[in-house]
Amino acid sequence: MSKPQHAHGDVRSKSFVDYLNDENVRAVLYQVIAIGLIILAGWYLVSNTLNNLEKQNISTGYGFLDLEASFEIGESMIDYSAKSDYATALLVGLLNTVKVSVLGIILCTLIGTIFGVARLSSNWIVRKLATAYVETFRNIPVLLQLFFWYALIPSAFPHPRDALEPLPGVLLTSRGMYLPVPVADNAYTLMGIAAIIALVVILFVKSWAKKRQDATGQPFPMFLAGLGIFVGFVFLAYLIGGAPTEMSIPALKGFNIRGGYNISPEFLAVLIGLTVYTSTYVAEVVRSGIQAVPNGQWEAADSLGVRRSVALRKVILPQSMRVAIPPLTNQYLNLTKNSSLAVAVGYPDLVSVSNTTMNQTGQAIEAISIFMSIYLGLSLLTSLFMNWFNKKMALVER
Amino acid sequence: MSENAKLPPLPVGTFVERAVTWSRKNLFDGWFNTLLTIGSIAFLLWLIPPLIQWGIVNATLAPTIEGCAEVTGACWGFVNANLRLILFGTYPYEEQWRPLLAMIVLMGIICASLGGVKYPSVRKWIIPMWVVGVPIIAILMWGGVLGLTYVQNSYWGGLPLTLILSAIGIIFAFPFGLLLALGRQSNMPAIRTASVVYIEIIRGVPLITVLFMASVMFPLFLPDGVSIDKLLRAQIGIILFTAAYLAEVFRGGLQAVPRGQFEAGDSLALSYWQSMRLIILPQALRLVIPPTVNSFISMLKDTTLVVIIGLFDFLGTVKLALRSDPAWTKYYVEGYAFAAAIFFLICFSMAKYSAYLEKELRKGEQR
Repeated sequence: MSKPQHAHGDVRSKSFVDYLNDENVRAVLYQVIAIGLIILAGWYLVSNTLNNLEKQNISTGYGFLDLEASFEIGESMIDYSAKSDYATALLVGLLNTVKVSVLGIILCTLIGTIFGVARLSSNWIVRKLATAYVETFRNIPVLLQLFFWYALIPSAFPHPRDALEPLPGVLLTSRGMYLPVPVADNAYTLMGIAAIIALVVILFVKSWAKKRQDATGQPFPMFLAGLGIFVGFVFLAYLIGGAPTEMSIPALKGFNIRGGYNISPEFLAVLIGLTVYTSTYVAEVVRSGIQAVPNGQWEAADSLGVRRSVALRKVILPQSMRVAIPPLTNQYLNLTKNSSLAVAVGYPDLVSVSNTTMNQTGQAIEAISIFMSIYLGLSLLTSLFMNWFNKKMALVER
Repeated sequence: MSENAKLPPLPVGTFVERAVTWSRKNLFDGWFNTLLTIGSIAFLLWLIPPLIQWGIVNATLAPTIEGCAEVTGACWGFVNANLRLILFGTYPYEEQWRPLLAMIVLMGIICASLGGVKYPSVRKWIIPMWVVGVPIIAILMWGGVLGLTYVQNSYWGGLPLTLILSAIGIIFAFPFGLLLALGRQSNMPAIRTASVVYIEIIRGVPLITVLFMASVMFPLFLPDGVSIDKLLRAQIGIILFTAAYLAEVFRGGLQAVPRGQFEAGDSLALSYWQSMRLIILPQALRLVIPPTVNSFISMLKDTTLVVIIGLFDFLGTVKLALRSDPAWTKYYVEGYAFAAAIFFLICFSMAKYSAYLEKELRKGEQR
């Protein structure tokens, strides 16, 4: 303890030991040592790596992205052929990851909410069934589930020759599902633009309605108005675009099915597996969210004469959302990260395409760094958005 | 919730009368619930009898392909015929008692550790058990001493491998995760930043990318002439990954310890490490036991991913058995169902125990 000495005006100048005993000096020292160790370890690994790469005649750098990929990808949302470069191939993979994740997130939220509510049902048998669903599927590894669905789909459905047709135009075969889709037309692009404009208009109307309600207390039927604006805009764009009606309907031609939109067995397996697995976690989040709102809140709304539907929307849900949003974000992130398991069943997601790239070019470090930073970026974006949303929803304490 | 306020009427009447009252209240309360009940019963009738028909009545245990071809139900014979392969992978056939024993030892230590949380008399043995147990398991698996023949770890597989990867993963991740959590809470900006960066990077990427990194990039990191095999690389990847998640679990525990406890340590003039060891950690670690068990469960499920980098864990050996003979390939439902049942048993029972522990720990607080 050197401080009291100085306080009493000790003339002795600080010795080296005094410095070592000073808490602040120590903190700096520890940090310098820690950073030094990290840098040393990093330098050691990098120098080893460079050494090894040189020995294996692998050049570093991202130049390979411009080379011809020369491998096919089963499904792609953009134009891609074996002649495209690696950068395009990786973009195809990323888009496939995004596609399966977005669909999975929507579906697992729907299914999870249903089962979460069902676990709180007053009906005994419904409650038990929902519990059985949740407990079963969350305790089986998701990869096992993916393998199962991937093995099941090709063997459970018939050869394209005798495809099942559960709905007119929809075909189920061992090569996946075929859906009828409208033939591409400029009108659909126009409709997309109209939808975005409609959303912006709705935002403006909403802020106006809120201002008016705050000032005068007059409510505004926002949901109906929003729906009207959205449908109106999109339909108008459809008419302006010339109202195309041509459809591409899947049908057997030769040995395979042509036309329509093909949903591959790989995609279906990944989607079903991820959705079922994550929905069990979402169900738990929903359940705890609802349970977190005290019954007194319902009663308070009742005693104020608020209608039950309004109470649910304005009193209960905002509070359960507050509890549910952070864990829900985690589950969405988990689903997105788990979509990387697609590599195991051959769905060409980001990791799968990167893996092929890695094997063909030997650029392991570059490929891994690319997909790691993309996942990291996706995670950070989602957390940033959710943090913002959470702050908006959070309890404002006075 | 509001039902708690008014006591339920005591059950009266004969068994039948009570059953009727109960089902009125729980099954046929209003038209919507009646509809749900009928729908659920219809679903169960659609699901359960065919499942029993397939799985039990029409099934066979005969361990031959011919025996399976004769029945219309499940071919448990596939599991029966390949049981050793599924459980132990390619471990030498005559030596398979060793992984079996290792697995039993490991399960025993895991169960004792979990039980030790509840029973203080067992608690002080937890660390010695691991210190003794892990070398025993290593000797059993590798051999090479005490007259046991040496078995390369490329032959390891099946359920023992799954359990070893996840248990060793969590044990070694424990101290690392604790340091990371303390680093994240530290006042020193450099150490805090380093911990946060590590934790957030690892938590932001999928496990499979860490495993790829471990299997592809580790060999490049090492100096010339040094090499570590695939299993060890996967194990290191799992440890690095788990540590980041455990760090967040520990942070939760550390944050739950009231500030006054830290100040109490300071006012007793304890050093940082003394006050951590004597005051803070005993309280924080008690709180994080249930979430740590949950991390172990996720770890156990996630170790199946090592299949993708070419190791044969329990899921991998099931796939191996399915591919061992083209005639077996079509019995994948049976194979996966068997693996799923084992995973379910382990994960479900641990999850229930962790939920029970959580309740027990909360009991103490409520006093």
